[in-house]
Amino acid sequence: MSEKNTSKVLPTLFDGLIKNNPTLIQLLGMCPTLATTTSVSNGIGMGLAATLVLICSNLVISLLRKFIPNKIRIAAYVVIIATFVTMVDLLMQAFLPDLSQVLGIFIPLIVVNCIILARAESFASKNGPLLSAIDGLGMGLGFTGALTIISAVRELLGNGSLLGIDIFGPSYHKMIIIILPAGGFLVLGFLIAGVQFIMRKRGANK
Amino acid sequence: MSATSLLLIVINAIFIENFVLVKFLGICPFLGVSKKTDTAVGMGMAVIFTITLSSALTWLVNNLILVPLKLEYMQTVAFILVIATLVQFVEMALQKIMPALYQALGIYLPLITTNCAVLGSALLNIEKGYNFIEAVVFGFSASVGFTLAIVLFSGVRERLEFSDIPESFKGFPIALVAASLLSMAFMGFQGLKLPL
Repeated sequence: MSEKNTSKVLPTLFDGLIKNNPTLIQLLGMCPTLATTTSVSNGIGMGLAATLVLICSNLVISLLRKFIPNKIRIAAYVVIIATFVTMVDLLMQAFLPDLSQVLGIFIPLIVVNCIILARAESFASKNGPLLSAIDGLGMGLGFTGALTIISAVRELLGNGSLLGIDIFGPSYHKMIIIILPAGGFLVLGFLIAGVQFIMRKRGANK
Repeated sequence: MSATSLLLIVINAIFIENFVLVKFLGICPFLGVSKKTDTAVGMGMAVIFTITLSSALTWLVNNLILVPLKLEYMQTVAFILVIATLVQFVEMALQKIMPALYQALGIYLPLITTNCAVLGSALLNIEKGYNFIEAVVFGFSASVGFTLAIVLFSGVRERLEFSDIPESFKGFPIALVAASLLSMAFMGFQGLKLPL
């Protein structure tokens, strides 16, 4: 059994990371994706916070999957997720006060991030604790990766910098619109179009 | 608190800080159920109903239970439970009392639990330090803003169905680009300087 599990670890990890990327392919969790990607550090911070919650909630839900009655499972999942979100929220307020200030209500709103509930329902409730934790890690990193790409594009175009370091120099005319809400929709739209373009190319080659 | 300050909250929540287009709350239903105007209106009504009720309830839970007991750190857990129960309750009550409305809203109600606009408005009410009436008015007008955005957007998407779109942009991407333009239009309201 354990051997079978270890052979599944890598595919499970990469499933979330690339093949079924929660943001760019499954199109889940759009609110934080759009709201927190104004700069790379915000995007990564949000992604890692969600990853931590995903790993913990997947692990605990998987451990409890035989004890939670089927009828009230969603409520039970939500309470478990909310507990971890509260922990992450308090930890960030204590150790990363600046980031916590910027992300604001989007930290508590991780509770209603569809990615986390979707993984609990479709993966953690059916698989063992190790695989579920790996799945949480994969999905979380996939989410973080997507947020990093989106926020890199937005920070580079909108502010001419990456991680706060000036890239284009003072002569660059900043495209402020990209950092504003309208730009968030626009960048995400073009990125998903790019992903669909690549998928079609690969589909045609096969 | 006067009528003017309430009016300012209404205008601010609907136009200037529109939940969907400026604050990025409730994007999932905004993109998911906006293919047809009828369903968008149904979803909007369900959201107005739930957010107004949940704003009132979460305010009461926060100020009558959590604050006196110094349990503010339990806000997230308490609010999501209140909202989940409320949605269940509303569903059952509607089914009994107003079957016609239930028929119309039925399928949207369960989706609302995971609509971040509901939890978002509850948290914003606390963050902004509103009193009870202000909180209810804010919840109501923010959800009206949500409905306005989703209904406008569904009109755009109905038109998109018939237009010639590049293959890669079909579906989600073109919807996001359209949402971006709508958001740009709402940026015009940023110029309004309200004496809040």
